[in-house]
Amino acid sequence: MNKIVNQGQLEAPTVDALVDLLNRSGVPTTDVTEIKGRARTVAIESKLWGKAAAVASRHHVRWSAVWGEHRPPEIYVTAALAGVNGHLLLRTTVPDVGGELPSQTPYYPAANRPERYLHDMFGVRRFTDQPDVFLDERRWMRHQAWKADQHPLLKSFPVAGKPLDETPPDCEYVFVPAEGEGVYEIPVGPVHAGIIEPGHFRFNAMGEDILSLEQHLGYVHKGIEKLAEGRDVHGLARLAARVSGDSTVAHSWAACQACENAADVTVPKRGLAIRAILAERERIANHLGDIGACCNDVGFPFALVQFGRLRELWQRQNATVFGHRFMMDVVTPGGVTRDISPEHVTLLRDGIAQLRRELDELLPLLFEYPSLQDRLRTTGILSLETARRIGAVGYVARASGECWDLRRDAPYAPYDKVTVKVPHSVEGDVAGRVHVRGEEIYVSLDLLDSFLLQLPTGAIKTDFHPVKAACSGIGLVEGWRGEIVSYVALDAHGKVSRYFPRDPSWLTWPALEALIGGVIVPDFPLCNKSVNGSYSGHDL
Amino acid sequence: MFDVLRKSLKTGCLTEKLPVRDEAVSKAGTACQKEIARVFGKSMAVRMVDAGSCNGCELEMHAVNNGFYDIERFGIHFVASPRHADMLLVTGPVSRHMQAALKRTYDATPSPKLVIAMGDCAACGGEFGVSYASCGAVSNVIPVDAVVPGCPPTPLQLLEGILTALRRR
Ligand code: SF4
Repeated sequence: MNKIVNQGQLEAPTVDALVDLLNRSGVPTTDVTEIKGRARTVAIESKLWGKAAAVASRHHVRWSAVWGEHRPPEIYVTAALAGVNGHLLLRTTVPDVGGELPSQTPYYPAANRPERYLHDMFGVRRFTDQPDVFLDERRWMRHQAWKADQHPLLKSFPVAGKPLDETPPDCEYVFVPAEGEGVYEIPVGPVHAGIIEPGHFRFNAMGEDILSLEQHLGYVHKGIEKLAEGRDVHGLARLAARVSGDSTVAHSWAACQACENAADVTVPKRGLAIRAILAERERIANHLGDIGACCNDVGFPFALVQFGRLRELWQRQNATVFGHRFMMDVVTPGGVTRDISPEHVTLLRDGIAQLRRELDELLPLLFEYPSLQDRLRTTGILSLETARRIGAVGYVARASGECWDLRRDAPYAPYDKVTVKVPHSVEGDVAGRVHVRGEEIYVSLDLLDSFLLQLPTGAIKTDFHPVKAACSGIGLVEGWRGEIVSYVALDAHGKVSRYFPRDPSWLTWPALEALIGGVIVPDFPLCNKSVNGSYSGHDL
Repeated sequence: MFDVLRKSLKTGCLTEKLPVRDEAVSKAGTACQKEIARVFGKSMAVRMVDAGSCNGCELEMHAVNNGFYDIERFGIHFVASPRHADMLLVTGPVSRHMQAALKRTYDATPSPKLVIAMGDCAACGGEFGVSYASCGAVSNVIPVDAVVPGCPPTPLQLLEGILTALRRR
């Protein structure tokens, strides 16, 4: 493994080069300075929305996110595109009644669900002028809790909504039907068999083989974006910490980074270093848990016990040093709430050394255990081509050779002062994903060591001074699942007028659909675990 | 194969080696075991339902099954179907999209059944409360026997919460 260095994203242009390309290809751009942060924003005409995507996709630019913001009488729509050195934000406006946009989905399959979500929440309809393209007209996030002509993220929609006493189950969602002799459907969920979040999977199978899978998500939609509106930045940070519990640090960091960029608040160096320590610890905890769980899914409980043990010890150290097993609410606007004492630096470094020793013993054992590898190898293959086509991110993409990592590509402090190695594999199978995550633990351990050794002195946070005028900012953080994009707009009183967190799961759930064809039904839990999309982070 | 055995032997029995805190775990666990004997017979089957959680509570549910807590030794095990369950362990504010599924799961669980609302969200709506998308506390949707506050509750708090619920029976 790790023989061929295949870094697809290196073919993408820089952000500035992309803007030039757009201008030269008949998509005139105007620079917008409103959104603060480490991304360039350009406005384009709404009728060129699809064309801009066509130009970008021809040049290996990755599609990352789209979101709306209601500023009556308009909806501001922003899409994030990733070039080799960071993000370009494309912005346009449409009327808030009857607004429509040319779809970017024909050029970027990753845009499909987010565009349907945009319609559910804002009523922005998409269309295409491509005669041979079929656009999925189905709703995505909306089940039965609000009506088709209601759009919860419009300012006129009250946060309380007009719910029925009992929201009926969503039985009418139409799945792509299975046809052919011997083909049958397996419906699974929303309540699954294991200890796992809810969602619905519809399989088409023949004998033991899965022909296709269709996901129906949205079950844990709890209105996070709407709830954020009107909160102050501290209230927002608490909410962001609960977008996806396993990524509490990463989401709080992204949201706080967006607020800090918007309001021009500079976090002290020590605060930033501690944030990175928290984030790397979160990455390690999740990788440990999932490596054990993947192996357990093929009947190798030894790994579950051993990695569960390492994870528990790791979390106990979190509780000792940061006061919480998941380090929830430690990242706060302006910095962090907990400092690390010199004794705790020693304690953490001992923990790192111990974990490294344990992994030196355990990981080779897993990687070389024939009956385990026999089950993990060639199972659930996501080819490089597919990973690139669907715009996957995180370890799911890296295990297929597509090596995006914001910590290296567009480093934010304190990653701008260190070298971040990005492990990858070319196999794209479950074994590859498990392997890459094992390697990533080592990278994180090295990073932790260097952050702890060179912990800057000084304050851990600064006051988040009140803002004087409406402002907005972007947060970009590499969580353990992959890239998180977080957009925050504050009004003139410093209250949140828009919060949009884009969990990497939006870009990895489709990978699960893509890699499952031909896999046998009993291997679905294994493949699902190896991708491990967040339901909550996606459903919001 | 031998490497696996060697590592297993070297690791030893985690559930015995534990420091101070674990006494609380054994105490709560043993007390649970007694109550389970009284209420349900020998063991208690738990069906978890995530009704809208952020997934933090689920992670701690996994933790009570790790070698350190090993909740099965007290006769508590997690099952796949509500039809086999004595207890529902519910997390999250109940999202409106999960309301029907939670009710159906409740109805599918045979009596006598216990319902525990785990975590601040399940207990009172937590950070999410009641909105167009959320019904808030679990007790707004199905009868609840006990709540375990915390965000998320630690494995020990969860075990103690289960004990409280059992004692009320
Ligand atoms: S109580 Fe906390 S950890 Fe549990 S679901 Fe709610 S926010 Fe997540």
